[in-house]
Amino acid sequence: MYEILFFVFAAAAVGFAINLLVQRHPIYSAISLIGVMASLASLYLMLGAEFIAAVQVIVYAGAIMVLFVFVIMLLNAGVEERTNRSRMAKQLGAPLVVLLLGLLTSLVYRNFPPDAAVRFGDFPGQTADIGRRLYIYYMLPFEVVSILILVAIVGAVVLAKKET
Amino acid sequence: MDLPFLLYTLLKIVVVVFALLTAVAYTVWFERKVVAHMQSRWGPTRVGPYGLLQPLADVIKLITKEDITPSGVFRLVYLAAPCLAVITALLVFAVIPFGPRTEMGGIDIFQITDLDIGLLFILSVSSMGVYGIALAGWSSNSKYSLLGGLRSSAQMISYELAMGLSIVGVVLLTGSLSLRQVVDNQSGSWWGIIPHWNVIPQFIGFFCYFVSAIAETNRLPFDLPEAETELVAGYHTEYSSMRFAMFFLAEYTNMTAVSCVATVLYFGGWSGPVFGPEALQTVLPLLWFFLKVLAFLFVYVWIRGTLPRFRYDQLMAFGWKFLLPLALANMVLTSFVQAVRYGG
Repeated sequence: MYEILFFVFAAAAVGFAINLLVQRHPIYSAISLIGVMASLASLYLMLGAEFIAAVQVIVYAGAIMVLFVFVIMLLNAGVEERTNRSRMAKQLGAPLVVLLLGLLTSLVYRNFPPDAAVRFGDFPGQTADIGRRLYIYYMLPFEVVSILILVAIVGAVVLAKKET
Repeated sequence: MDLPFLLYTLLKIVVVVFALLTAVAYTVWFERKVVAHMQSRWGPTRVGPYGLLQPLADVIKLITKEDITPSGVFRLVYLAAPCLAVITALLVFAVIPFGPRTEMGGIDIFQITDLDIGLLFILSVSSMGVYGIALAGWSSNSKYSLLGGLRSSAQMISYELAMGLSIVGVVLLTGSLSLRQVVDNQSGSWWGIIPHWNVIPQFIGFFCYFVSAIAETNRLPFDLPEAETELVAGYHTEYSSMRFAMFFLAEYTNMTAVSCVATVLYFGGWSGPVFGPEALQTVLPLLWFFLKVLAFLFVYVWIRGTLPRFRYDQLMAFGWKFLLPLALANMVLTSFVQAVRYGG
């Protein structure tokens, strides 16, 4: 049962990702990206990472993608125009993609030997655990990141402010 | 996962959805009747006693109407948007506990599933709810729809923050994200009279939650996305027949969902005075739950009958400059009190 579901969601994630690149209208691409996020969330959920799955949906599929869709609607972006691809992209594109995928696969295989495969429900951290780890073991990085985000917010406000 | 478990779960889902759709149909009747009486009218009276069969007549009318798809729409998105709106509205009920844990053949009959992350589930589903409206507005190829869709996405993003932050207060008091534990934590009373409900220590949080929930469900006084005087009918201007009815259904389902969540989070869920014989004891919690939800629905209608609509800039200013800081302050205050009580 779990194996079947895993392949369903994995196939959905890959399918949506390919669709994202193929579609020519930005809103269809955005919807495909929502699909990718949702499939990833399902995969997290199957590993037992409930909190991360929920946050994935709330933050990525729910908040960030709504902003994407909002901007596309606001600008009323039309169908994307394709230029004739450059010669270099045509000839080098596919081999480079294969090379990248090959490198990634070999890295994953070297670092995670096949007998140590991921088991379902393997993720150790429940919600309370994640909180405890964040606020005790990873206190400094956590605070640094929050200050970074604060700086970004202040920057955004300054940029958006009308000049008087 | 064995077969009986799957069958029981399916059965529960069918029962809940069926009961819910009936309840939603009668919420429309309830609203028309209450608003009518507030405005010194009678409301529906013709179909059945007190107009009680009016929802049935409405459904038959909506189903038999012609379904028009305007030219120039983005067909796939246009057809999918109402379904998306209804699905996200219904999904919330997967985690709502309607009564205390009552097992029948090893399966809890008063809740579809008790997730450890129930509250986060509700937040994530309601954050997906905006797509139905936004995509409907965009794909209709009409200026009124587009403006309605834009307004609704901006409004829902803004008020979602305040809603999420106000819920944090309840999570801090409970120490769990499971809705059943939230309710269990509210059992008992202070000095035997005042119930141990979250609304008493969390009244600021409750205020923030309910106001932002009204905005999230696009109801008056926050119904800018479908303001008739400016936008015809907003995002569902171009929809007709059953597809229009689906948006209507989604809106009222969302209202019911918000009432259920508010009951569970702040008003002790199914808890209430217990009396009577043994057989009554299993049904009584359901009755209390139902009455509380009904009270919330009445408040919804009451607000609709009383308040005028906000202007758009007022709406945004209220959300960002008043509600969000208030919810943040409530969160800080609650965590401070909890830290003093349990820490050291």
